[in-house]
Parts: sequence; structure tokens; C-alpha cells
Amino acid sequence: MKSVEEIKAAIEAAVPGAGVEIVPNPSPSGQHSLRLLPSHAVAVAYFLRDDEDLGLDFLSNLTGVDHLDKEIAEKVKVTRQVTKTVDGVEQTVDEVVEETRKHMEPGYLETVYHLFSMAKKHGPVVLRMRTVNRTDEVELPSVTPVWRSAEFQEREVFDLYGVVFTGHPDLRRLLMWPEFKDHPMRRDYKEPDDFEYEPTPHDTVLARAKDHKAAVAGQEGTGTGL
Amino acid sequence: MEEGLKIELGKQGVFVTTIEELYNWGRKNSVWPMQFGLACCAIEMIATTMARYDLARFGAEVFRPSPRQADLMIISGTVTKKMAPQVVRLYNQMAEPRYVIAMGACAISGGPFKQGYNVLKGIDRYIPVDVHIPGCPPRPEALLQAFMTLQKKIEEQPLTGEGRPRHLDAEAQGEFPVPVQGEHDLEPTSNKLVWPLPVVIR
Amino acid sequence: MSGSLRDTNLEGWNRPPVIVPDGEGELLEVAMGPHHPSTHGVFRMDLALDGERVVRLKPVFGYLHRNHEQIGETVSYLAMMPYTDRLDYICSLTNNWAYALAVEKLVGQAVPERAEYIRVILAELTRIVNHASAIGFLIQEMGASGTPLMYAFREREKILDLFESLTGSRMMCNYMRFGGCRVDPSAAWLDATRKVVAGLPQFAHEFENLLMSNEIVMARCQGVGKLRPELAINAGVTGPMLRASGVNYDIRKVDHYGVYDRFKFRVPLGDHGDIYDRYMVRVLEIHESIGILEQALKEIPGGPVMDPKAKIRGFRPKPGEAYGRIEGPKGELGFYLISDGGNSPYRFRVRPPSLINLTVLEDMCLGHNVADVVLIFGSVDIVLGEVDR
Ligand code: SF4
Repeated sequence: MKSVEEIKAAIEAAVPGAGVEIVPNPSPSGQHSLRLLPSHAVAVAYFLRDDEDLGLDFLSNLTGVDHLDKEIAEKVKVTRQVTKTVDGVEQTVDEVVEETRKHMEPGYLETVYHLFSMAKKHGPVVLRMRTVNRTDEVELPSVTPVWRSAEFQEREVFDLYGVVFTGHPDLRRLLMWPEFKDHPMRRDYKEPDDFEYEPTPHDTVLARAKDHKAAVAGQEGTGTGL
Repeated sequence: MEEGLKIELGKQGVFVTTIEELYNWGRKNSVWPMQFGLACCAIEMIATTMARYDLARFGAEVFRPSPRQADLMIISGTVTKKMAPQVVRLYNQMAEPRYVIAMGACAISGGPFKQGYNVLKGIDRYIPVDVHIPGCPPRPEALLQAFMTLQKKIEEQPLTGEGRPRHLDAEAQGEFPVPVQGEHDLEPTSNKLVWPLPVVIR
Repeated sequence: MSGSLRDTNLEGWNRPPVIVPDGEGELLEVAMGPHHPSTHGVFRMDLALDGERVVRLKPVFGYLHRNHEQIGETVSYLAMMPYTDRLDYICSLTNNWAYALAVEKLVGQAVPERAEYIRVILAELTRIVNHASAIGFLIQEMGASGTPLMYAFREREKILDLFESLTGSRMMCNYMRFGGCRVDPSAAWLDATRKVVAGLPQFAHEFENLLMSNEIVMARCQGVGKLRPELAINAGVTGPMLRASGVNYDIRKVDHYGVYDRFKFRVPLGDHGDIYDRYMVRVLEIHESIGILEQALKEIPGGPVMDPKAKIRGFRPKPGEAYGRIEGPKGELGFYLISDGGNSPYRFRVRPPSLINLTVLEDMCLGHNVADVVLIFGSVDIVLGEVDR
């Protein structure tokens, strides 16, 4: 099978402006992935499926990953000019100082695709795509027209992560009931207060019990027993 | 009547019994369960009905697919929040006298999946349960034991007064409210009549 | 495999065909499930019927959604092993293997030879249990209530006894570890297994002869629920269902995971892709599994069952990701793990063969009678624990 670099070159030759980026995977599994631009993803998908050499006709796995907004603290080396007295003579020297810079990296939702070829019996080729953020710009193109196996898996990602797949023929919740409002697999999902009395609460259970007590304090008829 | 006299009469070919005993004897030996499998425990329930464990010995081999024809609901597996309204609805559709066995850790309390966002933490939040079987999954022998416990319970039920079966009690609650699937959770999260919150007195 | 993807019209060719109802009357909408005796648990199909004919079928999932993926991201790698038992609860050992394989890929862990052999033995026993019960359930749905299922469960009990004496549990074995297996089977256990395996060919023939040429089975299965190979590939169908459509794709042969390349076995393929082919492929796979078992039990080497360098406590893989898959009895069972260096995965994903095999349920059922829907659904062979996770 071709290496990721070769696949990247092949894609860029076939779909101009595809903007494919290699995401290295440091684990021993060595399954490096290719990040696609959502705008060209469907064209790339058709190319990967129909190309003679690749023939990736089987989309095995499609899933979502949630990346929260995070604060990144980086150590940067900065060169500064400092005036120092060396041997009684004043001199200007360059000194390298370490500074910590902080910035917020906006979170995003990511989808991951594992492709195999049934005709050529090779794989996996891993693709990824990112949404712009986690709140309002969560659209990604659907690959269901290319690989039908994405149909339920995209619905699942929509249900649990809230990625909206444009071009999906029937985008509804898959696992939770239709009235449900949240996206429970997101990492900041908070479960509804579903308190259960435990005689010896500890750790997370204790934290929940405290939250619950605070939530129902002052309400009448909520005999919490605590 | 004295036990000794009864045996003595029995030797003479005269059998004496009470209506209550006869009635309960008939009931307890023809408990028909509902064919209702939810998760892993259902496989063990099926294994119990098969040749090796042979549930038929207890008069309960007839699994009815319809709740109207069943006396016993074996809740064999995880009840999710999406499924809970249906379970309560099925229970409501069963005719009295009806019994419930909660089979496995999941049906009792949510079991290994208790922390899941879609898992109901025990079916006794919505309907009354007669026998609980711990285990994950309980072995078929445990289900047989639960059956025997249930039969004993049926046998000991008086037909009048306190503790009589619900079909002989005009006032008994027959319909259990079906929870509604809300925007974040089931509403209400439990039926306070069958699952009152514990009150700790200090 | 006939035809390639290129000759088909790409515009909407992989959408289910639209069946136009007859002019008169109304469509009858039926919700079949979630409590229905034929749905193997809590599965629901929303059907639209024109008389007896199915014109639309929409599966509804989630009635057994137990949040495996969420739990997998909160507990440690090892603590997830017992949960994998409960995914596809008929074949817990293959689930263990798939998960162990994914984690081993993630950390680059080697597995001793003896452990690989034990894994093969247990996985093939599991495959026999699964295929026998699947056929039993399928025939039960055809109306033969009890008898075939009793045959299957009689054999299942024998195999479960082996599992129990090795792992301590009948169904939820929790046996494999990252880098080997939990306990070393004794010589007595291997002998007992040889004895059970020696009795299996007879069971397989008996089971086959019981039903194979039965007139009712043939009348109801042949030509019903056909699945085209191109659609099967495009829809990601795997396992016996894919091979019944004539596509030669068995991950044991493709990926050479474990020690499968040391055994001689054939991959049964179907011609028509109908219910009967799916059923026959399973029957033939039982025979092949018995062959693998005989070879494995003959060749099993001595040695440790656990890599001595494997880390069990404080298991923290370096950041990275891995996708590991095996040929489960129902199809390709894969686990996708992302590690961020912590002691629980950042992302834990199960690739469920049962769910994805159901993608084509509507295509197979359209135009058939309601009674056939039950059979077609049974021939897919799903377990709800894995469909909904
Ligand atoms: S108690 Fe265990 S075996 Fe039973 S349904 Fe729950 S997880 Fe499955």
C-alpha cells in the first residue's frame, strides 16, 4: 500500500486545492492520518474510492472526537539585550530568556474515518476533518453519498457530538430519543441531577451529593435524606 | 385443621384443604412469564428454558409474547431511559395478578452501567418488584431459585385482608404512571409511590 | 465479485429504491418493536405497509444504549475489559480479543505464542457458539419453535462449561489482557477441550442435516432478502453476511492477526446473497472453525501466557492512537483508541459490526412481506448490546 505521503501527493494531484495535511501519530501503531479541508472532502472521498491504485471502497469506521477549548501555556525562548557589567566595563549582551505565553486555543469537533480496500485488501487510511468551533459552526460535509456505511455512523456522531452533516439524506438522532436536547458524548456534558442516596458517599458520589443538596436546598417536599 | 388429622384423613382417602391453599397452589404452578428480553441476562433466561435447566419443571415454560397473557415479567437486563416508558407500559398492560422479577445487577440498580447517561438506575423506580436476583449475569440456577422464591411468595399470599394480591383488592393501584422522555431526562425521574426517597433520621 | 463501483450510476445509486404503493387505499404504518418476540431484544422497525408488502422500513435504535463509549473514557484501560464482554454478550471472548488487540497496537505490545494459540481456540469456540445460536434463532423465527435452538444451546452449554472452568464465568469471561491471557489453561482443560471438539463435527453434521434440505426452510429462505455485492461493500457490511454475497473478505486472512496464518482453513462464500446463503455460510464456517480448533489444539506450544514485560498496573500509553480490528463472528469488530497519556483513553470507540450490517436492512426488505422481514432481520444476526452499545 502507498504511504501517507504518496496518498497526499496523489490526492493533491487529482483534486487541486485539497489542502491535505499529514497528522503524525507517535504511537507504535504508526497509523498516520490525513486532515482534509471540509470544502474539498467529498471530492477527495470520491477520488479515494474510485482511484485505481487505492480503491478504498470500504469505509469501516467513522467517529467523532471532542476537543475542548484549552489554554495553552508555551515556553518560548526570547532573546533580549541586557546591559551587564563585565570586568568593570559596561557591555550590551544578548541573553536568552524563557517566557511563558498563554493563549486560548478554540475547541473543535473532529471526525475520523478509517478506510480499507476490499478489492485490494489493504488499509487503513485514516482521514480527519475539523469543524470551526464547537458551538455554531459545526457543519461538515456528509460522505454518505460516497460510502453508504456512513449513514448510521454520521447520525450517531450528530446525536452524541452535535456535528451537523450537510448532504446527509436523513439526519436524525440515532440513539437518544428525538426530544433530547444535549449531546451527551461532548466532554463538557453535565448529566441531569439524578441523585441516589448512598450511605457512604465518597469521591465523585460525594461531589454529586453535595451538588444535589445545593440544588434542592430551599425546595419543599424534597426529602433528600441527607 | 390440625396437621395430624389432615394426614390421618388423607390416609382414609379424604382430602381436606382450604380454598386459599387450593387457589394459590393452582396459581403458583402456572406462572407464565412474558417473553421479554432486554440485554445479556436475557440470554441466560433463554438458557434456563432450554434442556439443561428446564424451567418447565416449574410450570413456567410457556413464554407469552403478549403482556395480556402473562403473569410474570422477568426484567432481564439493562433498562435504559429510552426503554423505561415501554417497560412501564407493558407492565400496565399485564392483567392482575402480576409479578416482577428483576434479573441481574442492571435491572436492580443500573449495575455496571450505572454511571451511563442513558441508563435507568433500577427498574424499581417505576414499578414494584417482587424478587431481585443479584449477579451479572445471574446463573440459570439463580433464576430457578428466584422462581421458587416467587412461588413461595404466591403460596403464602392470603386471599383476604392485608397483603392480599392486588386483583382481590378493589382499592389497589393498577395503573402506574408512564414516565415521559423530556429534554434532558425522564420526567418524573421516579414514581414516589413505589420508590420513596429514604429519610435518614439522625 | 461482479461489476465494479465505477459502472454504477453514482447519483443516488446507493439509496434504497423507492417502491410505489398500489393506487388504492392507505399505507399502514406499523411500529414493530421494541418489544417484539422476533427482534432479538429491544429493536424497533417503523414499517410502512401496502397490504402485506413493505414499502418503507426505518430502524430505530437506542433502546439498549448503555454508554459504553462514555464509560470507556472515564475508567482505566484495564477496567474497560469487563465492559467489552457485555458488548456482544454471546461472544464475549472475541470482544476481549479485539480490545486487547487495539491496546496492544497502541503500545506496541507483543503477545507470547501460547497466548495467541489460546486466543484462537477461544475465539473459534465462540464463533461456533454464535453461529449455532444465530441459526437456532433464525429457524425459530421461521416457526420451528424450540427444537433447533435446543440443539444449539445443548452444544453451547458444553462450550460454556469449558469457558467457565477456564475463566470463572459462563458468559462474561473477562479473560484476555494486554500482552496475553489472564490464566494458563491446565493440561486437563486442554484435554477436556479436545474431547468437546472431537464431538463437534457430529453436532455440526446433525445440525446441518436437520435443516439444510428442509422444504419449508428452502421455500422461505431462497431468493428472499437478496443483497448485491457492490451494495454490501459500499454499505460496509462485514462478516458472514458479506461473504454470503460472494465477496471474499475475511479479516483473519487479510490482516493475519494472531497466528491465523499458520492454520489451513477456507473462507466459505455464497452466490446469491439471500437468507439461505447467509445460513449456509454460517453452517460452513462452523465446519472450518472445527478444523482450526483441531489444528490449534494439536500444535499449541508451551511457554508463558503473559508477556513478562507487559505492564498491568499503572498502565499509561504514550499519546497516540490506534485502530485494531478482528473478524468477530458477526463481522469486523474494531476498537479505536486515542490516548492522551492519561490512564484512561481520551476517546474510546467501538466499531460495531451489527449496527453497520443493519444499514442495508431496508434495501433487503423492500417489496417483501412482513413475515419475511422477520427472517431477513434474523439472518443479519445482530446482538442489541452491540448495535446500541
Ligand atoms: S446485569 Fe450484567 S449481564 Fe445482566 S444485563 Fe446487566 S450487564 Fe448484562
